[in-house]
Amino acid sequence: MEGHLLSALVFSPLVGAVALGVVGGTDARAIGRTALAFAFVPFVLSLLVLADFDPARGDFQMLERADWIPDFGVQYLVGIDGVSLFLVVLTTLLTVLVVIFSAGDVTRRLKEYMVMMLVLETGMLGTLVALDLFLFYVFWEVMLVPMYLLIGIWGGTRRIYAAVKFALYTMAGSLLMLVAILYLGWLHREAYGSWSFDLLRLYDLSIPAGVELWLFAAFALAFAIKVPLFPLHTWLPDAHVEAPTGGSVILAGVLLKMGTYGFLRFALPLFPHAAAAAAPTMMALAVVGIVYGALVAMVQPDLKKLVAYSSVSHLGFVMLGLFAANVEAVEGAVYQMLSHGLSTGALFLAVGVIYSRRHTREIAAFGGLWKVVPLYSVFLLLAMLSSAGLPGLNGFVGEFLILIGAFGRHPMFAAPAVLGMILGAVYLTWMYQRVIFGPLRHEENRALPDLTGREIAAFAPLIVLFFWMGVYPRPLLVRIEPSVKSIVERIERVRPPASTASEMARVGRPSSARPGAER
Amino acid sequence: MILEIPAVAWLPLLPLLIVLASATVVLLLDLFLEPGDRDVLAGPAIFGLGVAAVAAAVLWGRDEQTLAASFVLDNYALFFDMLFCVAAGLTLLMSVDYLAAAGVRSGDYYSLVLFATAGMIIMAGANDLVVIFLGLEVMSVAVYVLAGIATREVRSNEAALKYFLLGAFATGFLLFGIALVYGATGTVRLDEIAVVVSRGTGEGRELLTLGIVLLLVGFGFKVAAVPFHVWTPDVYEGAPTSITALMAVGVKAAGFAAFTRVFLECFGTVAADWTALVWGLAALTMTLGNLFAIAQSNIKRMLAYSSIAHAGYLLVALVAGGEAGGAALLFYLLAYAAMNLGAFAVVIALGRAGEPNEAIERYAGLGFRKPLLALAMGVFLLSLTGVPPFVGFAGKFYVFTAAVASGHVGLAVIGVLNSAVSAYYYIWVIVMMYMREGTDEPLPFASRPYLATTIGIAVAATLLLGLFPGPFFTMAKSGILSLG
Repeated sequence: MEGHLLSALVFSPLVGAVALGVVGGTDARAIGRTALAFAFVPFVLSLLVLADFDPARGDFQMLERADWIPDFGVQYLVGIDGVSLFLVVLTTLLTVLVVIFSAGDVTRRLKEYMVMMLVLETGMLGTLVALDLFLFYVFWEVMLVPMYLLIGIWGGTRRIYAAVKFALYTMAGSLLMLVAILYLGWLHREAYGSWSFDLLRLYDLSIPAGVELWLFAAFALAFAIKVPLFPLHTWLPDAHVEAPTGGSVILAGVLLKMGTYGFLRFALPLFPHAAAAAAPTMMALAVVGIVYGALVAMVQPDLKKLVAYSSVSHLGFVMLGLFAANVEAVEGAVYQMLSHGLSTGALFLAVGVIYSRRHTREIAAFGGLWKVVPLYSVFLLLAMLSSAGLPGLNGFVGEFLILIGAFGRHPMFAAPAVLGMILGAVYLTWMYQRVIFGPLRHEENRALPDLTGREIAAFAPLIVLFFWMGVYPRPLLVRIEPSVKSIVERIERVRPPASTASEMARVGRPSSARPGAER
Repeated sequence: MILEIPAVAWLPLLPLLIVLASATVVLLLDLFLEPGDRDVLAGPAIFGLGVAAVAAAVLWGRDEQTLAASFVLDNYALFFDMLFCVAAGLTLLMSVDYLAAAGVRSGDYYSLVLFATAGMIIMAGANDLVVIFLGLEVMSVAVYVLAGIATREVRSNEAALKYFLLGAFATGFLLFGIALVYGATGTVRLDEIAVVVSRGTGEGRELLTLGIVLLLVGFGFKVAAVPFHVWTPDVYEGAPTSITALMAVGVKAAGFAAFTRVFLECFGTVAADWTALVWGLAALTMTLGNLFAIAQSNIKRMLAYSSIAHAGYLLVALVAGGEAGGAALLFYLLAYAAMNLGAFAVVIALGRAGEPNEAIERYAGLGFRKPLLALAMGVFLLSLTGVPPFVGFAGKFYVFTAAVASGHVGLAVIGVLNSAVSAYYYIWVIVMMYMREGTDEPLPFASRPYLATTIGIAVAATLLLGLFPGPFFTMAKSGILSLG
């Protein structure tokens, strides 16, 4: 089994989904417990992967390779590196938490809901470990269907509109990527005489300059929609507002990361020249997204929409870090992906808790909850502070690294991004103030029950991780760094040498300015 | 005048003869049966098709000709023979539970499906333009009758008449095209035409080009390419659903069998003359087929326009040409057969006597009232959209790969954008099934084992061919390689 750990990890949720679908029965408690058991299997397997992972290596580990469609060199090729490692663990962890939470939250068709969740997990894990572009595309599309059904079946009143919009947006983007993938395979045949979609081989393919920009554009469109990068973000608020809580958590926690992960794994290293050429544009869009997302979040009357727009803002930081393309910034981007997965997941869970009790998400419908639901208030406080990037919690580390990295080379982008960080603190604390503090203005809220045992079980691991990732990021960073270095080297190889000005800025910065190292 | 009768080699005719013999047996058996017992005819009919498919499989790898080289048995023909026999067999399997509800009382139904299949087999094996025409007519006449076989249904009658008139019209183009090609090359034998064309015909060149264009029009009608598609929605909607399935899968595949053989084998060397034209047809067919499909509220009309769009994807493969394009085309036909037969079987499963339930709105809430049926439909629709891991994606992968490799990146881009458009209407049915609450009145489903079997086979094929397309693509490739 050892040699097939990743495959076991990827397909274990699918096996669980089928088993649950066939023998699930109708008793909600039994379904919840069975689903939890099936969600635990991939979680344990991902911890085994984490344990087996060799932190010193920057290349891919645990490779599994088999021919799939030999005529076109399509392979079943999976492997893992420091970039995907923790995203995998994040995925399996969030799925467990969502299953715990949803078992008490979803009131109809629970079995189907859990089946979808597990199928989705296979899609996400497969996307993260696939190293053959064809295989990657297959998993990428497989992710789409269960998410679409989760929104469309278990969502709110405008769920159908949101689900169809989500499906069409993502599909339109990814289909052009398919053509680009096919083109890459063909370029490989032109160069070496045989088709191949093997990422490790395609990394070294030389691509004609005129073509490279087009290919990059096709990949970038697919990923930018998923991130979502401003101005392609319009599907996101709809999808989030209508999605059930569990769906929102997975969507924001993991699915959005597939976009940024795609940039880091595919678009940047495969097309370094084009990426370098596009970097100013992408960084500008990222910064616009950071500020715009924060401003729009600030004026939202709906809690879930507020959190959704905060994702647009936070993912902008990740994009900024990726396109700054130096080790600190990219490392920060990876860290921020993980951190955002946890904190936004927590915020969506928190919104889900009060929605399930009051059936409204209007900020104005609350206020003064502090006395009624103290446990909940503490949890929301931590989730809010983590999202706002308070030092000592997880959100700070990534944003800090990104800004350090970006300032070195692109101060004109990094400076407005800092503004976004401040705005983030503003809208989140303001939201918290209006929901939790002040007088209890609505009588309905007086009898609001506090967190249930089930909810505490779902929240507790998140809180532990907030603190861990905030004060002791080292175990994560040492595993992330070698892989980030090898990707950045790949990108750097083709970059024009840095100009003197930015070189000076680099020198002016202490080289050990990594929070992990300081603490 | 003394007619020299050529020696006949019988072996290359084996699949055809088996199907014809079964058709005759079924026709005769029908005479001895009471009207209520005619369902049993499906048994010998499916058996005959199965034997023919097995015979084709056993003959795999042979390359022979007969009847003065006007009919050949190569892997290309055998690939199609197997496809036709399996598709017709599944059509009959889904018909058993359906005919009474559809108001079809005639036992001729079974023998006519077999005769149509025989016509398809002739088209796939024909090495002669006149034999292609012969096969086309054998197939078409049978299908004209089948389209109108629900004699008490007005729209079935209308479908038959419309199909007959437009079919005859198209045949005229085809015949005229054959005449012009004969005029330009002096022969109707495909291999000889190929030789003459590759040598260059000199002053006959214009004649040849005109002939090619007319053949394109004729075949365009048969495979329902835009702008020769206008008959499709009405005929598909009006014909009994099982026959619609046969038309969408079998007749279209037969059209492409002849189309591809003629264009790749005979006119491959002058591809520059017609590629641009087919390129345009492909782009137009995909785009308009998909756009019109969006507006449909009847599932059969929607699937009719979807079949037009898929003809467009197949034309992309033809434009790509060569070994990769041809093989992609053959594989795509196989993929299309699996998922489309399944979709039509689900449409049948939802109907009942006097109430066909073809409005897409009737699918509301199906996902939780009939979960397995809805799941199967979901699989077929996602596969038609081209979502992995189903066979529709594998088919599109091969088609667009061939297009990219032959330098037609633009067409591949149009193709994938069309897939995105098509997602809208396919997914709409899924929206209905899973996201809209239906009426609480349950659809009374009788147990229909044959229909369930058909759907089960189609789901299995859609999934397995999608996960492991390699061996079947290899077969498709050796089919294409057997062309001259």
